[in-house]
Amino acid sequence: MPRMTVNGEAVEAAAEPRLLLSDFLRHTLGLTGTHVGCEHGVCGACTVLIDGRPARSCLAFAVQCEGAEIMTVEGLEEGPLHTAFRRHFALQCGFCTAGILMSLTAFLRETPRPSEREVREVLSGHLCRCTGYTPIVAAALEAADA
Amino acid sequence: MTGGERIEDRALLRGRGRFIDDLPAPPRTLHAAILRSPHAHARVGRVSAPEGVRLFSGQEIAAGLRPFIAVLRTPMRHFPVATGKVRYVGEPVAVVLAEDRYRAEDALELVEVEYEPLPAVVSPSAAIAEGAPLLHEAAGTNLANRRRFSYGDPEGAFAAADHRFAIEVRYPRSAVTPIECFGLVAAWDPDADAFEVTAPFQGPFALHPVMAAALGVPANRLRLRTPPDSGGSFGIKQGLAPYIVLMAAVARLAGRPVKWIEDRLEHLTAAGSATNRETRLEAAVMADGRVTALRYRQLEDCGAYIKAPEPATLYRMHGAMTGAYDIPNLEVENSIAVTNKTPSGLNRGFGGPQVYFPLERLMHRIADRLGLDRLEVLRRNLVKATPHRTASGALYDSGDFGAVIDLARPALDELHARRAAVRAEGRLYGVGMAAAVEPTVSNMGYITTVLEHEQRLAGGLKNGALAAATVAIDPHGGVTVTADSIPQGQGHATVLAETVARMFGLTPRDIRVVTEFDSARDAWSIAAGNYSCRFAPAVAGTAWRAAGSLRDRLARLAAARLDLPLEDIRFEGGMVGAGPDKEVPFARLAGLAHWSPGTLPQGVEPALRATEFWSPPELGPPDAEDRINASAAYGFIFDICGVEVDADTGRVRIDRYATAHDAGRLLHRPMADGQVRGGLSNAIGATLFEAFVYDEAGQPLAGTFADYPPPTACEVPDPEILHLESPSPFTPLGAKGIGEGNAMSAPPCIANAVADALGVEDLELPLTPARVAALLP
Amino acid sequence: MKPAPFDYLRPASLGEALEALASDGAMALAGGQSLVAMLNMRLARPDLLVDIMHLPELRERGHRVGAAVRQCELAGLHPLIDRALPHVGHYQTRSRGTFCGSVAHGDPAAELPLCLVALGGRVHLASARGERTVEAAAFFEGPLMTAREEDELVIAVELPRPDPRAGYAFREVALRHGDFALAAFAAVADADGVRLAVGGVADTPVVIDGLAIDADAIDARDDFHADAAYRRRLVARVGRAAVEEALTCRA
Ligand SMILES: Cc1cc2nc3c(=O)[nH]c(=O)nc-3n(C[C@@H](O)[C@H](O)[C@H](O)COP(=O)(O)OP(=O)(O)OC[C@H]3O[C@@H](n4cnc5c(N)ncnc54)[C@H](O)[C@@H]3O)c2cc1C
Ligand code: FES
Ligand code: FES
Repeated sequence: MPRMTVNGEAVEAAAEPRLLLSDFLRHTLGLTGTHVGCEHGVCGACTVLIDGRPARSCLAFAVQCEGAEIMTVEGLEEGPLHTAFRRHFALQCGFCTAGILMSLTAFLRETPRPSEREVREVLSGHLCRCTGYTPIVAAALEAADA
Repeated sequence: MTGGERIEDRALLRGRGRFIDDLPAPPRTLHAAILRSPHAHARVGRVSAPEGVRLFSGQEIAAGLRPFIAVLRTPMRHFPVATGKVRYVGEPVAVVLAEDRYRAEDALELVEVEYEPLPAVVSPSAAIAEGAPLLHEAAGTNLANRRRFSYGDPEGAFAAADHRFAIEVRYPRSAVTPIECFGLVAAWDPDADAFEVTAPFQGPFALHPVMAAALGVPANRLRLRTPPDSGGSFGIKQGLAPYIVLMAAVARLAGRPVKWIEDRLEHLTAAGSATNRETRLEAAVMADGRVTALRYRQLEDCGAYIKAPEPATLYRMHGAMTGAYDIPNLEVENSIAVTNKTPSGLNRGFGGPQVYFPLERLMHRIADRLGLDRLEVLRRNLVKATPHRTASGALYDSGDFGAVIDLARPALDELHARRAAVRAEGRLYGVGMAAAVEPTVSNMGYITTVLEHEQRLAGGLKNGALAAATVAIDPHGGVTVTADSIPQGQGHATVLAETVARMFGLTPRDIRVVTEFDSARDAWSIAAGNYSCRFAPAVAGTAWRAAGSLRDRLARLAAARLDLPLEDIRFEGGMVGAGPDKEVPFARLAGLAHWSPGTLPQGVEPALRATEFWSPPELGPPDAEDRINASAAYGFIFDICGVEVDADTGRVRIDRYATAHDAGRLLHRPMADGQVRGGLSNAIGATLFEAFVYDEAGQPLAGTFADYPPPTACEVPDPEILHLESPSPFTPLGAKGIGEGNAMSAPPCIANAVADALGVEDLELPLTPARVAALLP
Repeated sequence: MKPAPFDYLRPASLGEALEALASDGAMALAGGQSLVAMLNMRLARPDLLVDIMHLPELRERGHRVGAAVRQCELAGLHPLIDRALPHVGHYQTRSRGTFCGSVAHGDPAAELPLCLVALGGRVHLASARGERTVEAAAFFEGPLMTAREEDELVIAVELPRPDPRAGYAFREVALRHGDFALAAFAAVADADGVRLAVGGVADTPVVIDGLAIDADAIDARDDFHADAAYRRRLVARVGRAAVEEALTCRA
């Protein structure tokens, strides 16, 4: 029965040790905004914030998060990043988007004025097949400026 | 041209998308896991599991199925699960069901299968060689089909040519793997003997009757729905069809609904990919660089089964084998092999990359061999005027190809200057270009080009490409649109809303587009689906026409009510009529039709719902001479790029990429550009990184995203995108497709640049650092 | 891709952790960035996972880096590590993965073990049986094979203190940004001379002392991304460039 905070709310739910955090969020808590694209850590779709840091929820177990603060896309406040993503058409199918928003949220907090190179390096932890990345980079830089 | 924010984005950005694995499953749903073959080729013996495992063996499942119907009638029977023999690694052998996916995978480990391994054959040329192991004994050969085609007088042209130049290409297998894998929920209703399946299947719905037939039910007993959102497809989710049949059959056997979510390992080994192809292309060339004939010898590798709609990859381009060039004489020999690899299927670019790579690499070579300017040779051969009928039957509808090239000309000149400067510093720099004609809106009859004309006549000539859309107006004037396009992330809802809003003088917010598709309730045809870029040219235009027919009805109603001549009625700002004091709100007019149908003027139909079907008349069946216009409209692309090759590591860095398009009228410029960027990044992956590599025993080596490497933001450049808009005379809104072109043009464009940088003639994809370095001193 | 069942333990002390690791089928779980992927593929089948990330004893972060220190906490510890860090996976994996986990895992293409070898660092091990220390150069024995016994925990790695007059360089060639290296090079030039450590080429990191780089002497690996000849080419060219850079940076 791991206890943790998810998007600011205390949560306690049964989880066998092998239950991946991604499945716990999606299927136990019904927070389906976090997506799963590979379950081996490469695609980045499942990225959430664990104690403020971006992490693959497919490479963590719910039991490991006992006492942790988890933030998912549902918990992000509507802000400049969302606006910039819409303005730049930085998503198409939107399957990769939640993970990217989580990474950028953490990254822009640490690095409020990033270079394009830095943004691209952060994004290299996410695969997007639809957009060719350019609009995502542009949206991140614009949100940083906002 | 419009281009407002996407309607789709708000929900997706807040994590409120509804993808297949997000939907609630019906009560008592069991989760499936598939036992897959570890062998490329083996006989399957007993399949067993301890008591308590809910196991369904291939034999058991297939007993209730019929083999898939195929265009090519061969004795190579295809079921969605192996029976007797496995023919590729990853082929389903059995299905287990459990309470959740974790337990289903536990159960998989308890299943035992007896295999008797057989020798495997991996390359298509080896497969059709004497003595190769046979995949399908009943066929007696691994050569599924061979046809020869001749148009004009290729023999004469080759005899009269000053030169002959040839190129040989082994085009590898790759796929634009969507980030969301496959998934579905299947249920069986015993009382109606009917199946209900929800899956992000992208079409073509020509596969719907194929699936129903495999299940042994009439098509109205297979209700297929799609979730509101799909995490990309790029062709691949056509490959859901066999799984829909497999899981529907298991749901019937189990008497419980079944949910199956494919994982990435399954996807990369078994979902399917574009075909690999071995091509020899020869050109008859005059001294001035003019090409008078082409001769293709293509050997297509469809993998272990000719999975419907294959061999479509080989024939989609058949009318356009001369590309952007005016070449009157053409000879084509097409062979189709089966090998111990995953069956091929749709994939962005569909058949284009396999043709344009040899063609555009050969044009580059012709110029070099003759010592002529590469652009000059390209221009000399270019189609000069449209409409243009190609040797093999395509009708290029509109556009001035030369003018598109002119758009990119300044960038090309700059690249040549840059090349000189970089080379002067002793570094390796090359410039490449490629021209391509991008076919859109497929003729449903083109696949029958693989048949002899007599066979076609016997089966009934097939042609056309229906699109369907429905527009409905509710009593408060709210407009709802449904269409047969099955979006996979391309913003169809936004474009449909903008298009229909324009017709009614409303704003896109007033329009609700329902993207879930339901085969039991929606208007559709076998052409329905999201492929060959049919959305903008066909579907959006059909929605426009459906909205137009409702507008006519409302206009007549308004004219009668306001006592105005019909010609004066305008739809603007939510009002209908002829300006202040002579207008009624759109919503009121709609209410009238709903509440007071008895008082409508003579001849005005009360129904505020219109369904339109549209098919371009230009799409006839293949003729007796095998000429085929395989697509309704043809866009044009001219790409240029500059690359730098690191002399130490062989790494290719794309320094600059410019792509000029004529895709007819653009319905939404930012989204059109999004299609270009996405297609280009996919093509960069296929050119530099990605390949489904198999070892000699048929074991796939690229089974994870670490070994099958889609490019990241650090490898994909920001392209310059240029547009010219020559509306197509053949589509309702003048639009053509734009989503596939760069998948066709970019691989040869980049390869031409790398060849230029290295000063070499032959290159094999993907151009990985190790492969490029092997060509360096 | 779901793991087989296992038990999970979050020990309260290092002693309890070592006790648990002494049992058959127990494995340490650190950042999980390699292990969980292997569990998801059912390539690893532990009976018990011992989560070592909450042990205060493993939080040292100086010239000794404890096992509970994550890669995102390494900045500023050593100039060579700073140079290598951007190549270690991604921003998102570095916020979970650990230095010690990378060392314990022993991937021949991993950057952090390579740096440890280049610097002549050491690996501190502990088990219920006691503690010992192994030179990094002797620790790596083959692909995913190390001198660590099954019941031992890497409690810390030890880096020599940075030498302000030394030059450090790091170079890597990978397919994509963030991928494991096709070849990686860590070079150190100090008063004793110059040393090049080569990763991703042989089955373990290889150290070449001095200026003569004989790529052919390395038993280079072949895989379908890159053949041995290519890897040797990188040693000769990129390895040399790393050495030259380190020499230039030497004060
Ligand atoms: C997408 C992706 C890309 C990556 N790219 C790279 C890369 O380019 N370079 C690179 O080096 N790594 C890369 N990695 C792996 C790296 O991120 C891991 O952090 C590292 O390999 C293991 O560290 P960990 O703390 O996550 O260990 P875990 O995954 O928790 O454990 C790995 C193994 O080591 C054992 N172990 C862990 N800690 C200890 C300990 N203290 N004592 C004894 N045994 C222990 C575990 O039992 C397990 O067998 C990548 C990972 C991903 C997901
Ligand atoms: S699903 Fe977690 S990284 Fe791909
Ligand atoms: S928007 Fe579709 S994968 Fe990124």
